Amino acid sequence: MLIDFNSEKPIYLQLAEAIEDNILKGIFEEETQIVSTTEISVKYRINPATAGKGVNVLVDEGVLYKKRGLGMFVSSGAKKKILEKRRNSFYEEYVQSLLEEAAKLSISKEDIVKMIVGGNRIEDNSNKGSK
Amino acid sequence: MKTIQIKGVSKVYGHTKALDKVDIDIESNRIYGLLGRNGAGKTTLLNLMTNRIFPTEGEVIIDGERVYENDKVLGNIFYMAEKNLYPEDERVRNIYKWTKEFYPSFDMVYAEDLSEKFGLDLKKKVKSLSTGYASIFKAIAALASNTDIVLFDEPVLGLDANHRDMFYKELIANYSERPKTMIISTHLIEEVSSVIEEAIIIKEGKLILKQSVEELLSGAYVVSGETSRVDKYIQGKKCIGIEVLGSFKSATVFEAVNNKDKVLAEELQVEFAKAELQKVFIDLTN
Repeated sequence: MLIDFNSEKPIYLQLAEAIEDNILKGIFEEETQIVSTTEISVKYRINPATAGKGVNVLVDEGVLYKKRGLGMFVSSGAKKKILEKRRNSFYEEYVQSLLEEAAKLSISKEDIVKMIVGGNRIEDNSNKGSK
Repeated sequence: MKTIQIKGVSKVYGHTKALDKVDIDIESNRIYGLLGRNGAGKTTLLNLMTNRIFPTEGEVIIDGERVYENDKVLGNIFYMAEKNLYPEDERVRNIYKWTKEFYPSFDMVYAEDLSEKFGLDLKKKVKSLSTGYASIFKAIAALASNTDIVLFDEPVLGLDANHRDMFYKELIANYSERPKTMIISTHLIEEVSSVIEEAIIIKEGKLILKQSVEELLSGAYVVSGETSRVDKYIQGKKCIGIEVLGSFKSATVFEAVNNKDKVLAEELQVEFAKAELQKVFIDLTN
């Protein structure tokens, strides 16, 4: 997990996303315990209230649940929940900004598709794009 | 649960007003950063909270009781002062033993454990400690005191980067183990910005802001670009700091960004960046 203190995103949201990433990657499996809030705050030197806030975001979404006296566990079905949420925001978070940048650079949608399919860089087609 | 109320406190030294009618409510079990430039009144405030000096007017109340000559209340506050107030010729271990006499909650085993981690030699005399180790020695006493309120005045003075990192981690571990009210007065703002929950900023003896760091930072940002465009952008906005570099200008805006601002920024081709606590602090106290 990485926390970027220079990011514009609040630390607690970054933490929630980092935990989600680990669940998606299978590092934190469903119905298993994750590291404690204390361990997170000490390791990343973040205020325990901030760390708690990040974890609580995931508790509210049903991704994590608290077992009294034991700690924080990954809910069953958590991975599916995160996948759905992330898929729903994929367009706004990734595609939209991709299209905006492409428009600035006069890269056509067709060229973007070519890049995605072919995985290579495109030739200079600035003449074509500026028409 | 110990809450600290600073009520209309002023402190005058001769012709200088070190503190001017300061009102602050400090909630229990939070970590606060006390930030201010040199001479802003940080140490005066900490000294007043611990009854080392007396206010010219106003009062400090802890858990409903005045701190003035109140041993019961004062026995529950540990103050790590920036100046060394310990006998120079005494050995570190003996001072820890005495601390236990004054603060029965002091945890000697934990203090020894921390001393080993930081490489502090308990047999050394106070006068032979380097600046860094003098800070470590006092910080350990504060962490091990186990009082409900712990005040730190420049706790990492003279510490190298590794030891500073260790100190903050130990402080968080200590707080997590047993939540308490901690106030850290420091110049190294960026370092504590993730550690503290709330920032208390004082300037020339006056409280200018007390807010959660997260709220403070989400309510401020830096905008930069070509000077005339930035000027156009910041018109009518609460701007707290400006830097100019040739035809390039960057301004710290003390407001949250809304959608209209984003559209305007796009139009004017100016860019947004995160405002760091240190930057906001400098702009607010300049």
